[in-house]
Amino acid sequence: MIQTMTTASNIGSYEERQKNFNWSVAEKELEYRKGDIINIGWYCSDRICLQGKGNKTALHYEGFGGVEKKYTFNGVRLAGNTTGAFLRDLGIKDEDRVCLFMDRIPELYFSFLGVLKIGAIVQPLFSAFGDESLFVRLDNAGTRAIITQRKHLPKVRKIIDRLPSLEFIIIVDHHYSKELETREVAFSLEDSEPVENFEIFPTRAESPSVLHYTSGTTGQPKGVRHVHYSLISQYLTTKWVLDLRDDDIYWCTADPGWVTGTSYGIIGPWSLGVTQCVLDTGFSAQAWYRFIEKYRITMWYSAPTAIRSLMKAGDEIIKDFDLSSLRHLASVGEPLNSEAVIWSERIFGKPFLDTFWQTETGSIMITNFPGMKVKPGSMGKLFPGITGAVLDPQTFEPINEPGKIGLIAFRPDWPAMMRGYWNNDEKFREKFVNGWYLSGDRSGIDNEGYYWFTGRDDDVINTGGHLVSPFEVESALLEHPAVGESAVVAKPDEVNMEVVKAFVTLKPGFTASSDLELEIMNYIRKRLSPMAMPQEIEYMDKLPKTRSGKIMRRLLHAREWGEETGDISTLEND
Amino acid sequence: MEDIKDIILQYVIKEYIDDEDEKITYDTPLISSGHVDSFSMVSLLVFLENKFKIKIPPSKATPEAFDSVNRIVALVNEYMK
Repeated sequence: MIQTMTTASNIGSYEERQKNFNWSVAEKELEYRKGDIINIGWYCSDRICLQGKGNKTALHYEGFGGVEKKYTFNGVRLAGNTTGAFLRDLGIKDEDRVCLFMDRIPELYFSFLGVLKIGAIVQPLFSAFGDESLFVRLDNAGTRAIITQRKHLPKVRKIIDRLPSLEFIIIVDHHYSKELETREVAFSLEDSEPVENFEIFPTRAESPSVLHYTSGTTGQPKGVRHVHYSLISQYLTTKWVLDLRDDDIYWCTADPGWVTGTSYGIIGPWSLGVTQCVLDTGFSAQAWYRFIEKYRITMWYSAPTAIRSLMKAGDEIIKDFDLSSLRHLASVGEPLNSEAVIWSERIFGKPFLDTFWQTETGSIMITNFPGMKVKPGSMGKLFPGITGAVLDPQTFEPINEPGKIGLIAFRPDWPAMMRGYWNNDEKFREKFVNGWYLSGDRSGIDNEGYYWFTGRDDDVINTGGHLVSPFEVESALLEHPAVGESAVVAKPDEVNMEVVKAFVTLKPGFTASSDLELEIMNYIRKRLSPMAMPQEIEYMDKLPKTRSGKIMRRLLHAREWGEETGDISTLEND
Repeated sequence: MEDIKDIILQYVIKEYIDDEDEKITYDTPLISSGHVDSFSMVSLLVFLENKFKIKIPPSKATPEAFDSVNRIVALVNEYMK
């Protein structure tokens, strides 16, 4: 057991907060009253400037090759205004979907605020997505505009003809020597006159704000619809869990293509007026440690895969860097193994605190708090105001026996809870039973209220903190000319926890070979994403199926994990 | 030697670089720059093993060893001997 933080934390006493909790504490601090206008774009920039912090640094950006940029909160406010004005001039209006498809460049962060300021819905997508992944999400959302970079244009151009709703492709780094194609329009913040006065759209608590896509076991990815009132949860969890204070220098390593990168990589820190840093390069332990040293980062929010990669890089290189500025560390995305917690305590003098939440929850639900004793390997306790339980999988009633495994569930009454899946009410309804929101994860709760994650309740693959749908990969595999049948499961991995493994049968006329394996891997990587690419493909003569012809993915999964195969009475025999 | 270098360079450009304006040389950082991510490194490894009929142990297939065409060539040469 590890005791964290000896100085006073923002949350103070967890027990006291739990006892007297009401979300109005955040509303009061944000000077929000029921029925008021609430706009995340305004809260993250204009309001901070009105508090007299306009000249404070909001963003330290560093790209590859030492490209550095620095922006004040006033600079962020103007950039958000200017982007918003540009979109409004194009005719983008409230509730239109605007996709952000960029690397972690400053324009991504400013566009996020700009889209929200005009009342449109921001749809961030990970820039490593392949053209088919991009198409499916833009098509589902009926996206009207996409803001992107030159380097990602080929993917957009490949699918544009199938997307009649997509009217504008906005390129933020267009080379004027190049021709623009149909529906393309150039927009450069640097070349635009900053818009000082901007009329912000009067969004209310339930106005839609962010649409993040997430993968499930079956069906296509689902668009998780959030509202501007989510700010209340995101602000307070940032303050109490990430413990951000006015003089902190914060680094969230998540990409805003995923929910952590927006809830805690934009909204949380900027609504608190805290300086944050963004490093837009590939991963290397040296580069990360140098970044912490250079900007004197105090709060670091990262992911288990990254932490395990740092562990793998060894302790020796850490000696070359001064990391004494770090005062608080937290982690999200996958379960944080106890070895990583103990390692960080030994190396940095403080443990990474695990936090648990999802795209659907919008904000942290179960967590280790600064000041509380940490049980390495545990997810921690419920955030104050959250009613949670583990449910019996048969009865959906709460389990009261300590340590007994059940389904993690929450009463859906916190501000950042999703309001629906885009165009998919049926899937949304399926997430609720007896008034509980079912997270799809399993755990036990010990006698002190700590949650202990045991696994997912479905076949979704969590690879390096990214959720990959086996269905999506299987469907894409079937479109490869050589593949007859496919089954996709998670395979254990030392760094990424799980990686994608595919089992395939080949169509007549095709022969199994390692060249074909590479061809299929690259096909999936470009079509879906690098995370979805099978790291291994196993050829089979036939896949295990039930007598009714359904592929028994469970058997293949059990084999990969060295587990019992369970009931195989329905397995089809030759 | 030049052949190996060019084969790898052309493959990297074809498979991993979307931006036609991006200039990739033998020394351009691939992993640390973000051109090739850690997941995609696996497909690059399979390519090298297939193309040059070699087996590179997982412990040697590190982000550092894959960080430029020149470094990859050095790694490949080690196992072609």
